[in-house]
Amino acid sequence: MITHDVVIVGSGLAGLRAAIEMAGKVDVAVVSKVYPSRSHSGAAQGGVAAAMANSSDDSVESHFFDTVKGSDYLADQDAAEIMTRDAPVTITEMERLGCVFSRDEKGRIAQREFGGHSHPRACYAADRTGHALLHTLFEQSMKHKAAVTYYSEWYLLSLIYEEGSARGITMMNIRTGELEVVRAKTVLFGTGGYGRAFKITSNAFACTGDGVMTAYRAGIPLEDMEFVQFHPTGLYGQGILMSEAARGEGGYLVNGKGERFMDKYAKSKMELAPRDIVSRAEQTEINEGRGIGGKDFVHIDLRHLGREKIIERLPQIRQLAIDFLGVDCIDKPIPIQPTAHYSMGGIPVDVDCQVITDEKKTKARGFFAAGECSCVSVHGANRLGTNSLLDACVFGRRAGKAALDYTLSARHESVNEAAELGKARKRLDALLSTPETESANDIRNELKETMSNHAGVYRGAEGLLVAKAALKLLRERFKSVRVTDKGKLFNTELVEALELSNMLEYSEIIVEGALARRESRGAHARTDFPKRDDANWLKHTLARKNADGSVSLGYKPVVITKYQPEERKY
Amino acid sequence: MAEVRFLVSKYNSETDAKPRLQEFRLDPPQGATLLDCLNLIKWKLDGTLSFRMSCRSAICGSCAVRVNGHARLACKTQAADAVIDGRVTIEPLGNMTLIRDLVVDLEPFWASVEKVRPWLVPDDSKKYERERLQSHHDQLKIDAASTCIMCASCFSDCNVMEVDPKFLGPAALAKAQRFVFDTRDAEKWDRLELLGQIHGMWDCTHCAECSTRCPTDAKPLERITELRRAAMAAGMTDNNAARHVLGFRESIGGFKGIGGSGMLNENYLPVRSMGLSIGGILSLIPVGLRMFARKKNPPLIPHVIEKVGEVRKMFRRFDEYNKEGEK
Repeated sequence: MITHDVVIVGSGLAGLRAAIEMAGKVDVAVVSKVYPSRSHSGAAQGGVAAAMANSSDDSVESHFFDTVKGSDYLADQDAAEIMTRDAPVTITEMERLGCVFSRDEKGRIAQREFGGHSHPRACYAADRTGHALLHTLFEQSMKHKAAVTYYSEWYLLSLIYEEGSARGITMMNIRTGELEVVRAKTVLFGTGGYGRAFKITSNAFACTGDGVMTAYRAGIPLEDMEFVQFHPTGLYGQGILMSEAARGEGGYLVNGKGERFMDKYAKSKMELAPRDIVSRAEQTEINEGRGIGGKDFVHIDLRHLGREKIIERLPQIRQLAIDFLGVDCIDKPIPIQPTAHYSMGGIPVDVDCQVITDEKKTKARGFFAAGECSCVSVHGANRLGTNSLLDACVFGRRAGKAALDYTLSARHESVNEAAELGKARKRLDALLSTPETESANDIRNELKETMSNHAGVYRGAEGLLVAKAALKLLRERFKSVRVTDKGKLFNTELVEALELSNMLEYSEIIVEGALARRESRGAHARTDFPKRDDANWLKHTLARKNADGSVSLGYKPVVITKYQPEERKY
Repeated sequence: MAEVRFLVSKYNSETDAKPRLQEFRLDPPQGATLLDCLNLIKWKLDGTLSFRMSCRSAICGSCAVRVNGHARLACKTQAADAVIDGRVTIEPLGNMTLIRDLVVDLEPFWASVEKVRPWLVPDDSKKYERERLQSHHDQLKIDAASTCIMCASCFSDCNVMEVDPKFLGPAALAKAQRFVFDTRDAEKWDRLELLGQIHGMWDCTHCAECSTRCPTDAKPLERITELRRAAMAAGMTDNNAARHVLGFRESIGGFKGIGGSGMLNENYLPVRSMGLSIGGILSLIPVGLRMFARKKNPPLIPHVIEKVGEVRKMFRRFDEYNKEGEK
């Protein structure tokens, strides 16, 4: 058994930011299934929001309101206020740590327009802002290497959570196959989102909700899991992200009839409406036969921006479209479609990132979560672009501070190492000794097809019930899944099977939550309940695992401090 | 696309003495990348095939492998572009120890990057309210290096690395450029000193393999060249490689009012490179004697080329250009 004061799981922006906050003050370990620079935070492109007011008369107040309105009033306003208030200092800190930002003519951090934001608020590094931020923290992690222990390429197997307190984790060394228990006073998850369950997704292969599901299995409820953001501009066929910066810089969305169709859906903001609205607009155009050539995609046209602007501000997306579709956006429009992108739901936490375990906001001792795996909730039913990098930086920082305070006065609680290892071993052995009649690839493909068709941009009771039945069958089939690799070294087939088990289980939670929520709000759009219903549904879902493995749903109120819900128009 | 023969390296360090190429036949779907193909092989033909991957959009740097002998990102390479005579060979990265199939031990790579102290050392410690200013022009100087995704393709295919595992390597040097040229960093000179040591920037042989393999704009060789120029401009010329560069310049273009010959003086250059090192100069003698014995020695009195004035004029222009650049 390994012992540390704090074990952080996840080495993206939230996890690394928290680690740096604690480095040298307590004994910190960072566990990740990838090396830190491979974390999915690095794939974020367009920017990170902060009311720096470098190129406008922006204010924290305005950012706060835009975030709440963008969330379709499901955001907890105390949390959204903290995030937007902490934003400028957090970004300033990242700059001081060495982040390479694009600069304006006065040498300040450059800021651009983004969907749903009323001011140019997105601080950016060309169209690789996540990469710039992640590598800044990766650099800092090397600086603090003596003070932080890194377990890279270790896979999280379980959270040890007993009598209301987190005591450690079990994990597997991917490189050697060895199992290990880490005992810690404090466990902090920054494990990212769960977007891999959809056929068209911008998410990395790694985004399989491992942390979220580990918490769920340990008895922690999950909040608002039905809210999955579909990004309007995924590269056609793959879903690879084409940054919203393409629209922020002035790109047009065009349908098969050559029309800029957004004037029908958001007359004043056009392409810069929030993502849920733009994705629905595209899906409606496609569903009504106005995709390009009647097919399931539309175009984003950047040609009028000109070569120079494209090369300076959007170099990465230009290259991606060239590499993957052979399309150079300087000369041709890029085929795009909505793509599963961001998980608004996750592990419920308070504004200091401490995990809460019920409707009464009872705190889990020694358990914190930050970034996409958590649900504070700052994004409510729909996240605004550039608020995710901000969320990870702000709450990674806050989580680090709060977890440090907690750890300084906490002690290690008892952990039964043999029992924990036994449970982990049993789970792996079960996977390695099934009847081997089912292909993991088939199950995964059917899962993704099911989720995209029935729990995607639009959802209805009929489709959700189909999905529910299909998921049940898939989970049954998974019990016979084939894992042919019985070896110990770098057994990625085994890791993928573990990931698939997570995907299957959280998909069920998404579907249950979506089925129950008989309204349309933000990214959750019910064809059979097309209106928002504040009287009955202005509340957060809490999904809990029953003893028999099924999902039970509870709800907790939304925190409303300043802005009363009103109709959302753009 | 027609059926393609994928020759993929398989190896398990627990059971196999050495890696072998295993053939898989696959008809890659339209637009498939090599990563798509590797996944199809893994998911349909051989579940035990092991490789790293994550983002599939060329930003995480996980899936670098050798394709037909050269390092590339599998996710960024269209299968159609990699097929030669109906075949593609996929092997692990070089210059690192193999663990399994296409997975190598990356620890030496990370260790090389850490050696250059790859974090900003701020130029002040005063309290701040706002971000530091940096002009667009100054930011562009570190823009290219900052696009590095740490995929280790350059490290894998670096020829110097192959003979000198202690060499810092292209990725670490490109990373170092990003700090040496960062107007916000306080350690520029210390960094150049560090990079100027043995196994550092002067050990690169300009083969350009790193920049050719680099999947981003980081292009290590260009960054190494910028570092060397910065070191020379700062007068950090007390080493063989810098003196070698100066020797080139002096013998061809002249210096301090003495005109160059317009061509390389191969007697002058080695001696100049050794500086004041007696041992170094003595070490040249056996080579010189062997050249003499085989009549390969350059003429003792240097030949001056025709139109040498044109060459000298060009060098004067370079000097003026450099002075303007400094302004």
